[in-house]
Amino acid sequence: MDSNIEALVAALPRVLDGVWITIQLTLGGAALAMVIAVIFGILARSSRTLVRGFARTVIEFFRGTSLVVQIFWFFFVLPQLGVELHPMAAGILALGLNYGAYAAEVVRGSINSVPTGQWEATTALSMTRAQRMRRVIFPQAWALMIPSLTNLLIHLLKGTAVVGTITITDLTFRLDSLQRDTNTFFAYGLGLVIYFVLAYILTLIMNALEVQAKHRLGRGESLKEALSLRSPDTGVEAGEAAKS
Amino acid sequence: MNEFWNWDLAFEALPRLLTSFLTVTLLVTVVSTAIAAVLGLVLAILRMSLPKPLAMILKFIIDFIRMTPIVVQLIFAYFAFTNITPLTIGIIIFGIHYATYMAEVYRAGIESVPKGQWEATTALSMSRTRTWVAVIIPQAVRATVPALGNYAISMFKETPFLLMIGVVEMVQAGLIFGGNNFKYIEAITLAGVIFLLASYPTSLLIGRLEKRLAFKH
Repeated sequence: MDSNIEALVAALPRVLDGVWITIQLTLGGAALAMVIAVIFGILARSSRTLVRGFARTVIEFFRGTSLVVQIFWFFFVLPQLGVELHPMAAGILALGLNYGAYAAEVVRGSINSVPTGQWEATTALSMTRAQRMRRVIFPQAWALMIPSLTNLLIHLLKGTAVVGTITITDLTFRLDSLQRDTNTFFAYGLGLVIYFVLAYILTLIMNALEVQAKHRLGRGESLKEALSLRSPDTGVEAGEAAKS
Repeated sequence: MNEFWNWDLAFEALPRLLTSFLTVTLLVTVVSTAIAAVLGLVLAILRMSLPKPLAMILKFIIDFIRMTPIVVQLIFAYFAFTNITPLTIGIIIFGIHYATYMAEVYRAGIESVPKGQWEATTALSMSRTRTWVAVIIPQAVRATVPALGNYAISMFKETPFLLMIGVVEMVQAGLIFGGNNFKYIEAITLAGVIFLLASYPTSLLIGRLEKRLAFKH
Protein backbone atom coordinates (compact mmCIF):
# COMPACT_ATOMS: atom_id res chain seq x y z
CA MET A 1 0.00 0.00 0.00
CA ASP A 2 2.85 2.39 0.82
CA SER A 3 4.32 1.83 -2.61
CA ASN A 4 0.89 2.61 -4.07
CA ILE A 5 0.82 5.93 -2.24
CA GLU A 6 4.34 6.71 -3.45
CA ALA A 7 3.35 5.87 -7.01
CA LEU A 8 0.26 8.03 -6.64
CA VAL A 9 2.28 10.98 -5.34
CA ALA A 10 4.63 10.59 -8.30
CA ALA A 11 1.74 10.35 -10.73
CA LEU A 12 -0.35 13.05 -9.06
CA PRO A 13 0.48 15.91 -11.45
CA ARG A 14 -0.57 13.78 -14.42
CA VAL A 15 -3.74 12.55 -12.69
CA LEU A 16 -4.70 16.11 -11.73
CA ASP A 17 -3.97 17.17 -15.29
CA GLY A 18 -6.43 14.50 -16.41
CA VAL A 19 -9.02 15.70 -13.88
CA TRP A 20 -8.64 19.25 -15.22
CA ILE A 21 -9.14 18.06 -18.80
CA THR A 22 -12.25 16.11 -17.74
CA ILE A 23 -13.59 19.26 -16.04
CA GLN A 24 -12.87 21.35 -19.15
CA LEU A 25 -14.67 18.84 -21.35
CA THR A 26 -17.63 18.73 -18.96
CA LEU A 27 -18.00 22.48 -18.58
CA GLY A 28 -17.27 23.20 -22.25
CA GLY A 29 -19.70 20.51 -23.37
CA ALA A 30 -22.33 21.71 -20.89
CA ALA A 31 -22.00 25.35 -22.03
CA LEU A 32 -22.39 24.38 -25.69
CA ALA A 33 -25.22 21.98 -24.82
CA MET A 34 -27.09 24.73 -22.97
CA VAL A 35 -26.84 27.14 -25.92
CA ILE A 36 -28.06 24.44 -28.31
CA ALA A 37 -30.79 23.35 -25.90
CA VAL A 38 -32.24 26.86 -25.55
CA ILE A 39 -32.10 27.60 -29.28
CA PHE A 40 -33.57 24.30 -30.43
CA GLY A 41 -35.92 23.95 -27.48
CA ILE A 42 -37.52 27.26 -28.43
CA LEU A 43 -37.42 26.56 -32.19
CA ALA A 44 -39.12 23.19 -31.62
CA ARG A 45 -42.14 25.08 -30.25
CA SER A 46 -42.45 27.30 -33.31
CA SER A 47 -45.85 27.47 -34.96
CA ARG A 48 -44.19 27.39 -38.38
CA THR A 49 -43.97 23.82 -39.62
CA LEU A 50 -40.70 24.38 -41.44
CA VAL A 51 -38.90 25.81 -38.40
CA ARG A 52 -40.34 23.17 -36.11
CA GLY A 53 -39.46 20.41 -38.57
CA PHE A 54 -35.89 21.66 -38.82
CA ALA A 55 -35.49 21.77 -35.04
CA ARG A 56 -37.04 18.32 -34.60
CA THR A 57 -34.75 16.84 -37.27
CA VAL A 58 -31.62 18.24 -35.64
CA ILE A 59 -32.74 17.11 -32.18
CA GLU A 60 -33.67 13.57 -33.26
CA PHE A 61 -30.51 13.28 -35.35
CA PHE A 62 -28.13 14.08 -32.52
CA ARG A 63 -30.13 12.09 -29.98
CA GLY A 64 -30.37 9.07 -32.21
CA THR A 65 -26.91 8.57 -33.67
CA SER A 66 -24.95 7.75 -30.51
CA LEU A 67 -22.37 9.94 -28.77
CA VAL A 68 -19.41 7.76 -29.71
CA VAL A 69 -20.31 7.82 -33.41
CA GLN A 70 -20.47 11.61 -33.26
CA ILE A 71 -17.12 11.88 -31.50
CA PHE A 72 -15.49 9.67 -34.11
CA TRP A 73 -17.23 11.51 -36.91
CA PHE A 74 -15.77 14.82 -35.78
CA PHE A 75 -12.37 13.29 -35.13
CA PHE A 76 -11.87 10.82 -38.04
CA VAL A 77 -14.24 11.92 -40.78
CA LEU A 78 -14.06 15.72 -40.68
CA PRO A 79 -10.28 15.82 -41.33
CA GLN A 80 -10.88 13.71 -44.46
CA LEU A 81 -13.37 16.35 -45.58
CA GLY A 82 -10.72 18.99 -45.04
CA VAL A 83 -11.74 20.26 -41.59
CA GLU A 84 -9.08 19.68 -38.94
CA LEU A 85 -10.37 19.99 -35.40
CA HIS A 86 -8.30 19.97 -32.22
CA PRO A 87 -9.26 16.76 -30.35
CA MET A 88 -10.63 18.85 -27.45
CA ALA A 89 -12.77 20.80 -29.92
CA ALA A 90 -14.05 17.58 -31.47
CA GLY A 91 -14.84 16.20 -28.00
CA ILE A 92 -16.62 19.33 -26.78
CA LEU A 93 -18.52 19.66 -30.05
CA ALA A 94 -19.78 16.06 -29.92
CA LEU A 95 -20.66 16.23 -26.19
CA GLY A 96 -22.36 19.60 -26.62
CA LEU A 97 -24.42 18.56 -29.65
CA ASN A 98 -25.42 15.17 -28.24
CA TYR A 99 -26.43 16.31 -24.76
CA GLY A 100 -27.70 19.61 -26.15
CA ALA A 101 -30.22 17.66 -28.21
CA TYR A 102 -31.41 15.83 -25.10
CA ALA A 103 -31.53 19.08 -23.14
CA ALA A 104 -33.50 20.78 -25.93
CA GLU A 105 -36.33 18.37 -25.19
CA VAL A 106 -36.12 19.32 -21.51
CA VAL A 107 -36.21 23.04 -22.37
CA ARG A 108 -39.15 22.55 -24.73
CA GLY A 109 -41.08 20.48 -22.18
CA SER A 110 -40.43 22.95 -19.36
CA ILE A 111 -41.52 25.96 -21.43
CA ASN A 112 -44.69 24.07 -22.33
CA SER A 113 -45.37 23.42 -18.64
CA VAL A 114 -45.48 27.10 -17.73
CA PRO A 115 -49.19 27.73 -16.95
CA THR A 116 -51.32 29.32 -19.69
CA GLY A 117 -52.30 32.15 -17.38
CA GLN A 118 -48.71 33.39 -17.43
CA TRP A 119 -48.74 33.56 -21.24
CA GLU A 120 -52.09 35.35 -21.23
CA ALA A 121 -50.84 37.82 -18.64
CA THR A 122 -47.95 38.85 -20.90
CA THR A 123 -50.43 39.50 -23.69
CA ALA A 124 -52.56 41.57 -21.33
CA LEU A 125 -49.45 43.59 -20.47
CA SER A 126 -48.68 43.85 -24.23
CA MET A 127 -45.17 42.54 -23.79
CA THR A 128 -43.12 41.77 -26.88
CA ARG A 129 -42.28 38.12 -27.59
CA ALA A 130 -38.70 38.64 -26.43
CA GLN A 131 -39.82 40.29 -23.20
CA ARG A 132 -42.34 37.54 -22.61
CA MET A 133 -39.70 34.82 -22.94
CA ARG A 134 -36.93 36.61 -21.08
CA ARG A 135 -38.85 38.12 -18.19
CA VAL A 136 -41.82 35.82 -17.59
CA ILE A 137 -41.70 32.41 -19.24
CA PHE A 138 -38.05 31.42 -19.18
CA PRO A 139 -37.38 32.18 -15.49
CA GLN A 140 -40.29 29.92 -14.56
CA ALA A 141 -39.30 27.22 -17.05
CA TRP A 142 -35.72 27.42 -15.79
CA ALA A 143 -36.77 26.45 -12.28
CA LEU A 144 -38.70 23.50 -13.73
CA MET A 145 -35.90 22.24 -15.97
CA ILE A 146 -33.00 22.24 -13.49
CA PRO A 147 -33.59 18.73 -12.02
CA SER A 148 -33.57 17.14 -15.50
CA LEU A 149 -30.59 19.23 -16.56
CA THR A 150 -28.73 18.02 -13.47
CA ASN A 151 -29.26 14.42 -14.62
CA LEU A 152 -28.02 15.26 -18.10
CA LEU A 153 -24.98 17.07 -16.69
CA ILE A 154 -24.00 13.96 -14.73
CA HIS A 155 -24.49 11.89 -17.90
CA LEU A 156 -22.29 14.34 -19.79
CA LEU A 157 -19.56 14.07 -17.15
CA LYS A 158 -19.72 10.29 -17.42
CA GLY A 159 -19.77 10.50 -21.21
CA THR A 160 -16.45 12.38 -21.25
CA ALA A 161 -14.68 9.18 -20.13
CA VAL A 162 -14.69 7.91 -23.72
CA VAL A 163 -12.51 10.69 -25.19
CA GLY A 164 -9.32 8.73 -24.57
CA THR A 165 -10.12 7.08 -27.90
CA ILE A 166 -9.49 10.36 -29.72
CA THR A 167 -6.09 10.97 -28.08
CA ILE A 168 -7.35 13.22 -25.27
CA THR A 169 -5.47 12.54 -22.02
CA ASP A 170 -8.43 12.84 -19.67
CA LEU A 171 -8.79 11.32 -16.20
CA THR A 172 -9.73 7.85 -17.49
CA PHE A 173 -6.71 7.85 -19.79
CA ARG A 174 -4.40 8.76 -16.88
CA LEU A 175 -5.81 5.94 -14.74
CA ASP A 176 -4.40 3.43 -17.19
CA SER A 177 -0.84 4.65 -16.63
CA LEU A 178 -1.42 4.92 -12.87
CA GLN A 179 -2.52 1.29 -12.94
CA ARG A 180 0.85 0.20 -14.28
CA ASP A 181 2.62 1.73 -11.26
CA THR A 182 0.06 0.55 -8.71
CA ASN A 183 -2.69 -1.99 -9.34
CA THR A 184 -6.09 -2.20 -10.96
CA PHE A 185 -8.14 -1.83 -7.78
CA PHE A 186 -6.16 1.12 -6.50
CA ALA A 187 -6.05 3.04 -9.78
CA TYR A 188 -9.61 2.50 -10.97
CA GLY A 189 -11.05 2.60 -7.47
CA LEU A 190 -9.47 6.02 -7.05
CA GLY A 191 -10.70 7.04 -10.50
CA LEU A 192 -14.28 6.07 -9.69
CA VAL A 193 -14.12 8.02 -6.42
CA ILE A 194 -12.82 11.12 -8.25
CA TYR A 195 -15.65 10.91 -10.80
CA PHE A 196 -18.15 10.42 -7.97
CA VAL A 197 -16.87 13.49 -6.14
CA LEU A 198 -17.01 15.55 -9.34
CA ALA A 199 -20.57 14.37 -9.97
CA TYR A 200 -21.53 15.14 -6.39
CA ILE A 201 -20.10 18.67 -6.58
CA LEU A 202 -21.98 19.29 -9.83
CA THR A 203 -25.19 18.04 -8.20
CA LEU A 204 -24.72 20.37 -5.22
CA ILE A 205 -24.13 23.35 -7.51
CA MET A 206 -27.23 22.51 -9.54
CA ASN A 207 -29.31 22.10 -6.37
CA ALA A 208 -28.12 25.51 -5.24
CA LEU A 209 -29.11 26.94 -8.62
CA GLU A 210 -32.56 25.41 -8.23
CA VAL A 211 -33.06 26.90 -4.78
CA GLN A 212 -31.94 30.25 -6.17
CA ALA A 213 -34.19 30.00 -9.23
CA LYS A 214 -37.24 29.23 -7.10
CA HIS A 215 -36.33 31.92 -4.60
CA ARG A 216 -36.24 34.48 -7.41
CA LEU A 217 -39.74 33.49 -8.44
CA GLY A 218 -40.83 34.24 -4.89
CA ARG A 219 -42.25 30.77 -4.53
CA GLY A 220 -42.53 30.98 -0.76
CA GLU A 221 -39.45 28.93 0.14
CA SER A 222 -37.92 30.61 3.07
CA LEU A 223 -34.39 29.36 3.60
CA LYS A 224 -35.49 27.13 6.43
CA GLU A 225 -38.02 25.31 4.29
CA ALA A 226 -35.50 24.80 1.51
CA LEU A 227 -33.11 23.33 4.04
CA SER A 228 -35.58 20.96 5.60
CA LEU A 229 -36.58 19.61 2.19
CA ARG A 230 -33.11 18.36 1.34
CA SER A 231 -31.60 17.46 4.62
CA PRO A 232 -28.56 15.44 3.44
CA ASP A 233 -26.80 18.12 1.37
CA THR A 234 -27.78 21.40 2.91
CA GLY A 235 -24.37 22.92 3.54
CA VAL A 236 -23.62 24.34 0.13
CA GLU A 237 -27.20 25.25 -0.63
CA ALA A 238 -27.55 27.20 2.55
CA GLY A 239 -24.48 29.23 1.65
CA GLU A 240 -25.55 29.71 -1.96
CA ALA A 241 -29.12 30.59 -1.15
CA ALA A 242 -28.05 33.06 1.50
CA LYS A 243 -26.09 34.97 -1.13
CA SER A 244 -29.00 35.30 -3.51
CA MET B 1 -14.16 7.75 -57.96
CA ASN B 2 -16.23 10.03 -55.83
CA GLU B 3 -13.95 11.74 -53.32
CA PHE B 4 -16.61 12.51 -50.77
CA TRP B 5 -18.65 9.35 -50.56
CA ASN B 6 -17.75 6.01 -52.15
CA TRP B 7 -20.79 3.74 -52.59
CA ASP B 8 -18.66 0.65 -53.28
CA LEU B 9 -16.91 1.13 -49.98
CA ALA B 10 -20.23 1.73 -48.27
CA PHE B 11 -21.70 -1.52 -49.62
CA GLU B 12 -18.55 -3.35 -48.60
CA ALA B 13 -18.75 -1.95 -45.06
CA LEU B 14 -22.46 -2.59 -44.55
CA PRO B 15 -22.41 -6.41 -44.05
CA ARG B 16 -19.55 -6.12 -41.54
CA LEU B 17 -21.39 -3.46 -39.59
CA LEU B 18 -24.62 -5.45 -39.59
CA THR B 19 -22.84 -8.60 -38.46
CA SER B 20 -21.32 -6.93 -35.42
CA PHE B 21 -24.61 -5.10 -34.89
CA LEU B 22 -26.46 -8.41 -34.57
CA THR B 23 -23.82 -10.42 -32.73
CA VAL B 24 -22.68 -7.77 -30.24
CA THR B 25 -24.73 -4.57 -30.14
CA LEU B 26 -28.17 -6.19 -30.10
CA LEU B 27 -27.04 -9.11 -27.95
CA VAL B 28 -25.65 -6.82 -25.27
CA THR B 29 -28.71 -4.56 -25.39
CA VAL B 30 -31.20 -7.42 -25.02
CA VAL B 31 -29.40 -9.46 -22.36
CA SER B 32 -28.28 -6.44 -20.32
CA THR B 33 -31.79 -4.98 -20.40
CA ALA B 34 -33.11 -8.27 -19.04
CA ILE B 35 -30.50 -8.21 -16.26
CA ALA B 36 -31.27 -4.57 -15.49
CA ALA B 37 -35.02 -5.24 -15.37
CA VAL B 38 -34.69 -8.09 -12.86
CA LEU B 39 -31.75 -6.82 -10.79
CA GLY B 40 -33.27 -3.33 -10.65
CA LEU B 41 -36.43 -4.75 -9.11
CA VAL B 42 -34.43 -6.78 -6.60
CA LEU B 43 -32.44 -3.68 -5.61
CA ALA B 44 -35.60 -1.60 -5.25
CA ILE B 45 -37.29 -4.20 -3.05
CA LEU B 46 -34.15 -4.70 -0.96
CA ARG B 47 -33.86 -0.97 -0.42
CA MET B 48 -37.39 -0.84 0.91
CA SER B 49 -37.30 -3.95 3.05
CA LEU B 50 -33.78 -4.10 4.49
CA PRO B 51 -33.11 -2.67 7.97
CA LYS B 52 -32.27 1.02 7.78
CA PRO B 53 -28.43 0.96 8.08
CA LEU B 54 -28.14 -1.73 5.40
CA ALA B 55 -30.63 0.10 3.18
CA MET B 56 -28.51 3.24 3.46
CA ILE B 57 -25.38 1.35 2.50
CA LEU B 58 -27.22 -0.15 -0.47
CA LYS B 59 -28.44 3.32 -1.50
CA PHE B 60 -24.88 4.62 -1.39
CA ILE B 61 -23.64 1.75 -3.55
CA ILE B 62 -26.46 2.34 -6.05
CA ASP B 63 -25.70 6.07 -6.18
CA PHE B 64 -22.00 5.39 -6.56
CA ILE B 65 -22.53 3.11 -9.55
CA ARG B 66 -25.07 5.49 -11.05
CA MET B 67 -22.88 8.56 -10.76
CA THR B 68 -19.63 7.12 -12.08
CA PRO B 69 -18.84 6.49 -15.76
CA ILE B 70 -19.75 3.11 -17.18
CA VAL B 71 -16.56 3.36 -19.26
CA VAL B 72 -14.39 3.33 -16.13
CA GLN B 73 -16.48 0.51 -14.65
CA LEU B 74 -15.98 -1.51 -17.83
CA ILE B 75 -12.21 -1.01 -17.85
CA PHE B 76 -12.02 -1.73 -14.11
CA ALA B 77 -13.90 -5.03 -14.49
CA TYR B 78 -11.93 -5.88 -17.61
CA PHE B 79 -8.63 -5.72 -15.71
CA ALA B 80 -10.02 -7.19 -12.48
CA PHE B 81 -11.60 -10.29 -14.04
CA THR B 82 -9.12 -11.43 -16.64
CA ASN B 83 -10.67 -14.90 -16.79
CA ILE B 84 -14.00 -13.59 -18.15
CA THR B 85 -14.38 -12.61 -21.80
CA PRO B 86 -14.73 -8.88 -22.50
CA LEU B 87 -18.15 -9.42 -24.08
CA THR B 88 -19.46 -11.13 -20.93
CA ILE B 89 -17.98 -8.36 -18.79
CA GLY B 90 -19.71 -5.83 -21.00
CA ILE B 91 -23.07 -7.57 -20.63
CA ILE B 92 -22.76 -7.81 -16.84
CA ILE B 93 -21.53 -4.23 -16.31
CA PHE B 94 -24.21 -2.76 -18.58
CA GLY B 95 -26.78 -4.88 -16.74
CA ILE B 96 -25.62 -3.71 -13.30
CA HIS B 97 -25.20 -0.07 -14.31
CA TYR B 98 -28.68 0.17 -15.77
CA ALA B 99 -30.13 -1.84 -12.87
CA THR B 100 -29.20 1.10 -10.63
CA TYR B 101 -31.25 3.40 -12.90
CA MET B 102 -34.12 0.95 -12.98
CA ALA B 103 -34.06 0.60 -9.18
CA GLU B 104 -35.06 4.28 -8.94
CA VAL B 105 -37.86 3.80 -11.46
CA TYR B 106 -39.21 0.74 -9.64
CA ARG B 107 -38.99 2.56 -6.32
CA ALA B 108 -41.19 5.33 -7.68
CA GLY B 109 -43.53 2.66 -9.07
CA ILE B 110 -43.73 0.85 -5.74
CA GLU B 111 -44.34 4.10 -3.86
CA SER B 112 -47.19 4.95 -6.23
CA VAL B 113 -49.10 1.82 -5.17
CA PRO B 114 -51.85 3.14 -2.86
CA LYS B 115 -51.43 2.58 0.85
CA GLY B 116 -54.77 0.79 0.97
CA GLN B 117 -53.26 -2.08 -1.02
CA TRP B 118 -50.66 -2.68 1.69
CA GLU B 119 -53.29 -2.46 4.40
CA ALA B 120 -55.48 -4.90 2.50
CA THR B 121 -52.68 -7.49 2.42
CA THR B 122 -52.31 -7.09 6.17
CA ALA B 123 -56.04 -7.47 6.61
CA LEU B 124 -55.89 -10.67 4.55
CA SER B 125 -52.83 -11.75 6.58
CA MET B 126 -50.82 -12.37 3.45
CA SER B 127 -47.19 -13.31 3.86
CA ARG B 128 -44.53 -10.74 3.00
CA THR B 129 -43.51 -12.63 -0.15
CA ARG B 130 -47.09 -13.03 -1.31
CA THR B 131 -47.76 -9.34 -0.68
CA TRP B 132 -44.90 -8.38 -2.99
CA VAL B 133 -45.46 -11.01 -5.66
CA ALA B 134 -49.25 -11.04 -5.87
CA VAL B 135 -50.19 -7.46 -5.01
CA ILE B 136 -47.45 -4.83 -5.06
CA ILE B 137 -45.13 -5.80 -7.93
CA PRO B 138 -47.85 -6.34 -10.56
CA GLN B 139 -49.24 -2.86 -9.87
CA ALA B 140 -45.85 -1.18 -9.52
CA VAL B 141 -44.18 -2.62 -12.61
CA ARG B 142 -46.89 -1.75 -15.14
CA ALA B 143 -46.10 1.96 -15.24
CA THR B 144 -42.34 1.31 -15.40
CA VAL B 145 -42.38 -0.47 -18.77
CA PRO B 146 -41.86 2.71 -20.85
CA ALA B 147 -38.93 3.77 -18.64
CA LEU B 148 -37.34 0.37 -19.12
CA GLY B 149 -37.75 0.78 -22.87
CA ASN B 150 -36.15 4.22 -22.82
CA TYR B 151 -33.22 2.91 -20.81
CA ALA B 152 -32.85 0.04 -23.27
CA ILE B 153 -32.54 2.62 -26.06
CA SER B 154 -29.93 4.68 -24.24
CA MET B 155 -28.04 1.50 -23.39
CA PHE B 156 -28.21 0.56 -27.08
CA LYS B 157 -26.59 3.86 -27.99
CA GLU B 158 -23.95 3.43 -25.28
CA THR B 159 -22.83 -0.03 -26.45
CA PRO B 160 -19.93 1.56 -28.44
CA PHE B 161 -18.31 2.18 -25.03
CA LEU B 162 -17.45 -1.53 -25.27
CA LEU B 163 -14.69 -0.70 -27.73
CA MET B 164 -12.76 0.63 -24.72
CA ILE B 165 -12.32 -2.99 -23.59
CA GLY B 166 -11.58 -4.37 -27.03
CA VAL B 167 -15.02 -5.69 -27.96
CA VAL B 168 -15.63 -5.32 -31.69
CA GLU B 169 -19.11 -3.86 -31.66
CA MET B 170 -20.54 -1.97 -34.61
CA VAL B 171 -18.59 1.30 -34.27
CA GLN B 172 -15.31 -0.50 -33.65
CA ALA B 173 -16.00 -2.65 -36.71
CA GLY B 174 -16.54 0.58 -38.63
CA LEU B 175 -13.28 2.05 -37.31
CA ILE B 176 -11.33 -1.06 -38.29
CA PHE B 177 -12.89 -1.01 -41.75
CA GLY B 178 -12.16 2.71 -42.10
CA GLY B 179 -8.58 2.24 -40.97
CA ASN B 180 -7.99 -0.58 -43.46
CA ASN B 181 -9.31 1.54 -46.33
CA PHE B 182 -7.87 4.86 -45.18
CA LYS B 183 -11.36 6.31 -45.41
CA TYR B 184 -13.72 6.62 -42.46
CA ILE B 185 -16.72 8.52 -43.72
CA GLU B 186 -18.73 5.60 -45.15
CA ALA B 187 -18.41 3.14 -42.26
CA ILE B 188 -18.82 5.64 -39.43
CA THR B 189 -21.70 7.47 -41.08
CA LEU B 190 -23.45 4.16 -41.75
CA ALA B 191 -22.97 3.14 -38.12
CA GLY B 192 -24.66 6.39 -37.07
CA VAL B 193 -27.49 5.83 -39.56
CA ILE B 194 -28.06 2.30 -38.26
CA PHE B 195 -28.26 3.61 -34.69
CA LEU B 196 -30.75 6.25 -35.79
CA LEU B 197 -32.87 3.84 -37.84
CA ALA B 198 -33.07 1.39 -34.96
CA SER B 199 -33.57 3.79 -32.06
CA TYR B 200 -35.92 6.44 -33.46
CA PRO B 201 -38.86 4.16 -34.41
CA THR B 202 -38.43 2.28 -31.12
CA SER B 203 -38.61 5.50 -29.13
CA LEU B 204 -41.78 6.50 -31.01
CA LEU B 205 -43.34 3.14 -30.13
CA ILE B 206 -42.39 3.57 -26.49
CA GLY B 207 -43.92 7.04 -26.52
CA ARG B 208 -47.20 5.55 -27.74
CA LEU B 209 -47.04 2.78 -25.17
CA GLU B 210 -46.47 5.38 -22.47
CA LYS B 211 -49.58 7.29 -23.53
CA ARG B 212 -51.68 4.14 -23.58
CA LEU B 213 -50.53 2.97 -20.16
CA ALA B 214 -51.05 6.42 -18.69
CA PHE B 215 -54.55 6.61 -20.16
CA LYS B 216 -55.83 3.50 -18.45
CA HIS B 217 -54.68 4.56 -15.03
